[in-house]
Amino acid sequence: MNENHIVSSFDEDLAELNQLVARLGGLAEQQLAAAIDALENRDASSIDKIIAGDAELDQLEQDLNDRAIEVIAMRAPMATDLRSILSAVKIATVLERVGDYSKNIAKRSLVIINEETNRAETISLARIANIVQGMLRQALDAYATANADLAMEVWERDEEVDELYTSLHSDLLRVIASGHEQASVSSHFLFIAKNIERIGDHTTAVAEQVYFQVHGEMPAEERPKADASSQTGESD
Amino acid sequence: MVNSEASEVKIKAREVTVHYGEARALHGIDLDLNANEVTALIGPSGCGKSTFLRCINRMNDVIEGCRVGGAVSIDDQNIYSDEIDVVELRARVGMVFQKPNPFPKSIYDNVAYGPRIHGMAPSRAQLDAVVEASLKRAGLWEEVKDRLDAPGTGLSGGQQQRLCIARAIAVNPAIVLMDEPCSALDPIATAVIEELIEELRRDYTIVIVTHSMQQAARISQRTAYFHLGNLVEHGPTQAIFTKPENQQTEAYISGKIG
Ligand SMILES: Nc1ncnc2c1ncn2[C@@H]1O[C@H](COP(=O)(O)OP(=O)(O)O)[C@@H](O)[C@H]1O
Ligand SMILES: [Mg+2]
Repeated sequence: MNENHIVSSFDEDLAELNQLVARLGGLAEQQLAAAIDALENRDASSIDKIIAGDAELDQLEQDLNDRAIEVIAMRAPMATDLRSILSAVKIATVLERVGDYSKNIAKRSLVIINEETNRAETISLARIANIVQGMLRQALDAYATANADLAMEVWERDEEVDELYTSLHSDLLRVIASGHEQASVSSHFLFIAKNIERIGDHTTAVAEQVYFQVHGEMPAEERPKADASSQTGESD
Repeated sequence: MVNSEASEVKIKAREVTVHYGEARALHGIDLDLNANEVTALIGPSGCGKSTFLRCINRMNDVIEGCRVGGAVSIDDQNIYSDEIDVVELRARVGMVFQKPNPFPKSIYDNVAYGPRIHGMAPSRAQLDAVVEASLKRAGLWEEVKDRLDAPGTGLSGGQQQRLCIARAIAVNPAIVLMDEPCSALDPIATAVIEELIEELRRDYTIVIVTHSMQQAARISQRTAYFHLGNLVEHGPTQAIFTKPENQQTEAYISGKIG
């Protein structure tokens, strides 16, 4: 639906909500990338900034909610307009969560960095994180261009994340169970892995919202769930 | 919002065309309207909503130069057949208009008018009972029971509209047609009428023309979208307002065409 509204300021309201989502998305991507970089490069210098930066995402999400409520109250949107506002709100919630997970990754990375050990798990983690970052980028692109096909590709890629995560998860559990001296560091890796995996899930939720916005219904099939390690280890 | 039980079709329109002189206002409307549902007719001004509404009680008959083609049946009886008594039909199919139009008579006489002319209440006691019951159903009784002799035109706009509804239902119709019944009312009076419509649909089949998308969404079970004398889309109200199938419907309800 590319026609414009007769009341053109309504179009401006909708554009503003899209821009807020885009800003939130950009920030969430930045926070996640910074947290993964810090861990990969064993660089603690950016950690404080990442932790402090989360407040901006929280604020932006709040701003978007406020604007959405105003637009709904003032414009009484219908059909596609209503769906797109609802999608913006739901996607904003997801992006705010991505910020929380990134912050938690940053906090745990600091502990790992301070341990001054070099662990092979970092490489596996970075690999999963790179896939998830790509998914997030693509989901946001799909949102910006209202491209449901692109969104569905994101949805499908999450399976790979789940598989890699399950494998890393059992490796780490083995280290922890063996009573190895680095068991506590391993538990931080475990939670970071879980956070990244959760971001993957949230990213698929963004993709589903894009699909919903375009088609007016959720994608038909349940995505096959390859994560066998169940729902444990939430972030803060 | 739509009744889960299979709905019975009350009004059936088939290839309904209407001409005003040479100009064709409706181009062949096929539409089934279910009993005990509120159907909202929406669409831009001049698309033929009122014209269609007037086909259901043959009010178009009284308009000079107006010709109706096709068939409209109520309970499977063609209302355009020769056997139909039009006066009796208009008692079965009541109508409420945009501007409340009480007669310049007392509140009592406004409601008693229909039952009197149709000989439905031979005794004064029976007539009193019909007036009271009708005013109660229209949600007006408590406000007027102590001044039934006062002129109907002295009531507030919202009360006048409820008086007109009481007048329409006093003759025990099966169908009530409403042509923008709230467009002259304030939001509170509108809410009272909307609540009343929800009540009334238990007993009547209601067809309402409205320019308020929100009103259509709030009170109707089905919505029909008319454009330039055609029925573009018809379906459950929640589907029309969340996921219409037709692009023209979407554009109209979203405020994209006038
Ligand atoms: N009494 C009439 N005489 C001539 N033309 C009429 C009359 N009533 C309506 N029309 C024409 O028929 C078309 C449909 O009108 P109407 O049913 O009043 O539309 P709506 O109720 O959707 O605004 C319009 O073009 C209108 O000008
Ligand atoms: Mg009209």
